[in-house]
Formats: sequence, C-alpha cells, structure tokens
Amino acid sequence: MSEKRATRAAYGPTLVELVQEGLDVVAVDADLSGSTTTAVLGKSYPERLFNVGVAEQNMIGVAAGLALSGKIAFSGSFAVFGTGRAYDQIRNTVCYAQLDVKVAPSHAGISVGADGGSHQMLEDIALMRVLPNMRVLVPADYVAASAALHIAAHTSGPFYVRLGRAATGPVYSDRSSVRLGRANVLRSGNDVSLIACGAEVEQALAAAEMLEGAGVSAEVIDAFSLKPLDDETILDSVSKTGWAVSCEEHSIIGGLGAAVAELLAAHPGIARRGQRFIGVADCFGTSGQIDELFAKFRLDARSIYDVVVN
Amino acid sequence: MKEALNIDSIDIATRAARLRRSILRMTTAAGSGHPGGSLSAVDIMATLFFGGHLHYDPMDPLWPGRDRFILSKGHAAPVLYATFAEIGYIPPTELVTLRQLGSRLQGHPDMRKLPGVEVSTGSLGQGLSIAVGLALGLDMSGAGSAGSAGNASDMDRAVDDDSAVGTSNAACMDGTVSADTATSEQPIGSSVRVFVLLGDGELQEGQIWEAAMYAAHRRLSRLVAIVDNNELQIDGAIRDICNPHSIMAKFAAFGWHAVSCDGHDPHDISRALAEAISFEQGPSVVVAKTVKGKGVSFMENSCAWHGRAADRQQCAVALAELGATEIQPTGSKGDNV
Repeated sequence: MSEKRATRAAYGPTLVELVQEGLDVVAVDADLSGSTTTAVLGKSYPERLFNVGVAEQNMIGVAAGLALSGKIAFSGSFAVFGTGRAYDQIRNTVCYAQLDVKVAPSHAGISVGADGGSHQMLEDIALMRVLPNMRVLVPADYVAASAALHIAAHTSGPFYVRLGRAATGPVYSDRSSVRLGRANVLRSGNDVSLIACGAEVEQALAAAEMLEGAGVSAEVIDAFSLKPLDDETILDSVSKTGWAVSCEEHSIIGGLGAAVAELLAAHPGIARRGQRFIGVADCFGTSGQIDELFAKFRLDARSIYDVVVN
Repeated sequence: MKEALNIDSIDIATRAARLRRSILRMTTAAGSGHPGGSLSAVDIMATLFFGGHLHYDPMDPLWPGRDRFILSKGHAAPVLYATFAEIGYIPPTELVTLRQLGSRLQGHPDMRKLPGVEVSTGSLGQGLSIAVGLALGLDMSGAGSAGSAGNASDMDRAVDDDSAVGTSNAACMDGTVSADTATSEQPIGSSVRVFVLLGDGELQEGQIWEAAMYAAHRRLSRLVAIVDNNELQIDGAIRDICNPHSIMAKFAAFGWHAVSCDGHDPHDISRALAEAISFEQGPSVVVAKTVKGKGVSFMENSCAWHGRAADRQQCAVALAELGATEIQPTGSKGDNV
C-alpha cells in the first residue's frame, strides 16, 4: 500500500480491533472524537466511548477511574491539551499510581498546520518522557501507529502514543516489525546516523536518498520507542558512523535529540564527530501549510541534507 | 436502605476518639503532617466506615465487592491510616512510621505501597474525576457480559513487558502492591458504591466542576461525594481567600442531589449518608459542616494547624483532652493506637 495516511487515522479503527480481540478497551475524549477518530470506536461500541466535553483534566481523571475498574483506558484530545493541560493529572494520578491509562492524543507537532502555534504541540515528548513509569512511542506511519496502540493495550501501565495529523507515506507493511524498546534500521549506511521518529522518518529517508547522490552513505534509524530507547541499536550505528543527526517534529529541547544526547554522553568516545539536532529551535510554531512549515522550521529532507553535508 | 438511624453512636464516638488520638500521635511522631483537616474529617470517616454505610472486608482490603472510598483531600492521610488501623488493615503500631523513609504510610496516600488505598492522591481536585471514571467502569462491569469477557482477557495480557522499561524504572517500583493486583477486578454487581471525600478548599480546583458536570450528565447514582466543610484552607478562611458561597446550591445547580449535615454528629451524618445513598436518579453530595482541628481545643478553627504537627508537649495536652490514659505521642499499650 503506498497511499499516505495520518497516524491519527489508525486510532479509532485500532481500538475497534482491540475490543474485537477481547480486550476491555475504552476511550475517553474531550469533544474531539471526530478529529482523533475515537468516534470510530463509539460508532461500533457506543458504551466504550466517553465524551466528557471540553474538559481535558477530567478526561484523564475519568480514564484513571476506568482503569481502576479494570478497563484499558485510552485518552484523546489534541496533544497540546491532552498532555499539557492535563499534565498534573497524568503525573500524579496516571504515572505515580501506575494506572492502565494510554495517553494517545492526536495533532502533535508542527504538522497541525493552519491552526497555528497555539495548537502545534512541540513539547509533548519532553513532558511525557520525563515522567517515571511512562513509556513513549512515536509512530512513523499508519501501520506503526496501529502497532503502538496494540503494544500499549497489551502492556500494563502508562503509555504515551504520539499521533499526528499529517498524512505520511508508508514505512512499514507489517505491524510485527514495530516493537517496544526496539529501534529499526530502515536503511544501512556508513557515514552518518540519521536517527528519526514520527513524521521525520519519511524526511530522513528522503534525505538519505539525496545524500547518496552526493556520495554520502546515511544510515536511517526509526527510534519508534523513545522510552525505553533502544540503546544498543543506536550505539552500534553511531560507533560505526561516528556521528548522529537526530530528527524530530518537536522542540530540540527534551525530545528524541535529548534522549540520544543523553545516551551518547554516557558512552564517551562513540560519537567521535558529535551530534546535530533537527527539530524546532526553542520557538512556537505558526500558521501555514505542512510542507511550508517543514521548510520554514528546517524539518524537511533538504534541511537534513544541508546539516549533513555542511 | 441500610440501618442508617440505628447506628451505635457510642461505638462510633469511641472509635472517633481513638482516631483522633492516633492522628495526634502519628503526626507528632512524624514531626509534620496535616492534623487540622484530618481531625475535621474524623466523625465523617468513623460514621462512614463503622456505621454500616461502607461495605468492605476487614480481612481483605482488595475484596472485589467492596465499596470504593477515595480520599481526594489526600493531605488528610492520617485519618485514612488511623481508620485502616481501626479496621485492621494495618497494625496500629505501624501508624508512628508515618512519613518516614521506607514506610507504607506516605505523606500522601500511595496505592502502590499500601493496600486499601484505592488510588494515590495528594494533588487536589482529582479524586472526583477518578471516582466518576470508577463509577462508569463499575456501571459497565455490572451491566453484563462485555465487561466480564474483557476482564477475562485482561488476565492474558503481557504484563511481563513491563521489564522493557528498564532496570532504573524497576528500581523505583519498590512498593508492595503490584500494578496488577490492585487494578484487576472480578465482575461485580450493581451494588458497589463509590464514595469520595473532598475538602472545601479543594472545591476551588476547576477540575472538580468538570467532574461534577459530567457525573450529573451520566446520572451516576452509585457516586456519593462528601465535602468536609471546615471553612478553612492553608492561607485562611475560604470565604476570605476565594468564597465558594453556597456549596449546596452549586452542586444542586450542577444537577446533584445535595444533602447537608452536622459533620460531627454521627446520627446526622448517618441520616445524610443514607439519603445520599438511596437517591437513585443521579450523583449525591453530602455537605458536612465541620470544625477544623475538631476535638483539640487549641487546634479548633485555626488554619495554623492545617499543615503543622503538634510538638510533644502540645501533643500530650491534646491527648489528655481526647481522653487518653497514656499521653506519650508514640503510643503505648493500654490504648491500642
């Protein structure tokens, strides 16, 4: 299948699959069930979708209570509200108490597009990654998103699954290639390690093509599982290439780049040529079309190419 | 309808006095804690737990058929721990470990350390939402096959994958209650109720009203909230800090059945609880008028004792007022807690 699809489009249909598998899955959304696609669950199983209205803190609290009653509870809303506005609820109730709540809002990153900076969540990975007991998955395509939701449902405890609005090209054909705690080497190379997640995987793959034309052999790694991070795959790659370029649709502070930097700092001598960061440089987003925004904020394949060759 | 008006008020008063002495002893032993808002809630807790309103198994804090009690005002942890000792969930001698390194009795209740704590609390405003979700989940499980089928498959889930988080996380999980034990549920009937105790200062949290609106919208009749209306918060009187005006009228306007009572009279608390429990058209709230620091003369109606423990001398005075025969803060034989 070659059609482009948004990762969020996997949300509702995967929840339906999970219920059909026999899992006691419910979803709680905050007046965005159409955008997040949890409405798809509600259409098949109306009793399993709870729409609390525009009340994200209550959304997380209700999900926590449902988890306490034995359900596997997924939450919705947009990433900016579903993580930021409900942060204390996620910290103190979901993570501190290790509840079976899967925080999986949509519209993460700059690719929200025309809605602008208020809605473009660029800090969510940082916020979720720092929480004890939280696992963080950033799927690159529709198949990986479905896999992430399956992993979250089948593994007890808190998860953050980062879903986006942008339609991205297919990276995976099979859900089983995507696993908790594992990064995938999507393209082998010897000269630089492009370590990407989410929508940036597509850009990194395109950049690697361009780099090949310039005589640079780039290895592309999908760091789907940001936490736990696949230390071994990343260290193996960087020890071979000597340096890493982290690529994420997120602030350069606190996200994938930071996770890679923390890892490399703990293993001196591996990254002989250091690390470069592709990400949003500590600023808010702005309204625009997705491709315009990827170029403006230097997240596109050309920007990755430039960082490598310069 | 339970035996609301036939409660043994002498028994409840005896237990309440013991809870108060425990609160004093444990907070003084800890050198910190929240005696004021614990003491105000004592008679509510004693009547709820020992007046036949709340169903539980003293031998098994995780009995699936138990009514759920959530202490949303988590800083009143001492009254919860004292109640647990009174029930027999924990040994009375453990109370003086409050707030110490390695204790199950954390400064605020931690469900992963202490069985019987339904959910970890401490950040105000969250308990009502959790209670709403719990009531919704119980509605689903009580409704029939979907819930029980799901619960059966729940047992097959790959819990071992937790190890993938890594050793650093495992090291944090040194508690005694595994994530599985405390959350797995058997299919249960429709009679299980969810009680949640809120502070009145806590009502200033916006999330409370998000939850109140949704609880009424879903007509959650198994949900009973209780407000410990002691009229004081850390910085002063709630009417001076941010006046909630009529708590009764506010809940009623949100679609709740609201009942008021004297929060220190077991008969009146019992009457109000019975009325709240028997209301079947939606959620109920009992607004219990209380006195912060109730039972200790120098603590009553003083916000200075919200988050400060008595020293040993003050504790001895308080214990004498509370009828203790032994006034050592660390407890003794002769008074079982």
